[in-house]
Amino acid sequence: VSEQEVSFDRIFDAAPALVFRAFTEPDLVARWWAEKDETLEVEVLEPRAGGSWRFVNTGNDGSDVFSGVYHAVSADRIVQTFEYSGFPGIVLLETLTFDDLGDGRTRFTDTSVFPAAAAGTYGGGGGANESMDRLEALLKTL
Amino acid sequence: MNDLDSTFAALADPVRRAIITRLSAGEATPGELAEPFPISLQAISKHLKVLERAGLITRGRDAQRRPCRLRPEPLAETADWIAAHRRRTEDRYDRLEQLLHELKEPT
Repeated sequence: VSEQEVSFDRIFDAAPALVFRAFTEPDLVARWWAEKDETLEVEVLEPRAGGSWRFVNTGNDGSDVFSGVYHAVSADRIVQTFEYSGFPGIVLLETLTFDDLGDGRTRFTDTSVFPAAAAGTYGGGGGANESMDRLEALLKTL
Repeated sequence: MNDLDSTFAALADPVRRAIITRLSAGEATPGELAEPFPISLQAISKHLKVLERAGLITRGRDAQRRPCRLRPEPLAETADWIAAHRRRTEDRYDRLEQLLHELKEPT
């Protein structure tokens, strides 16, 4: 049945620090994110926990907005959300890793999970359910 | 919730995914669908309601059996979305690879 996760695994012929820069410096992001015949405007790029990102991708068919929030940012890992204006309400949770292969190359992985899937895995746990019960009780009193 | 959203939410649960897999082999009654799981018929019935609301299954009119049938259209839509996202992202990382190459060896 339909997968709830999309992952990518690449070996880049560049050191992790350079790969990290390509994700976190607006000038560099603008050079690879959009397709060749499109332009990318990096409106917001705040690579730190709680910061956000927002790119406007303009092509012949008009503009698409991609955006998200950073949840964790370190030299070897970025955790962020990913949303696309074409499908509002669908929020991917994306984990990017930059592993140093020690020979000037980087193993890069991108694991994107649909939060509905993530909800399915923790929804059965006691903690989340208890919180929901308390929320429900609170709502009844309001 | 839009359609795609409710499809993802409906598929988030492992029991519901297993029900979909079972129904892809042909229609089945709620009782038959409950058999492989250590949960009550009532619990199965709740899962079936979620799947029905998401448009992933239809229920027969026969009040005794209420056989369930898979409705594959939303699954196809979800699969299309994921395929498009995968393709776009693969292309994007191809361009990243090219950029990293250029940064290492300025022309």
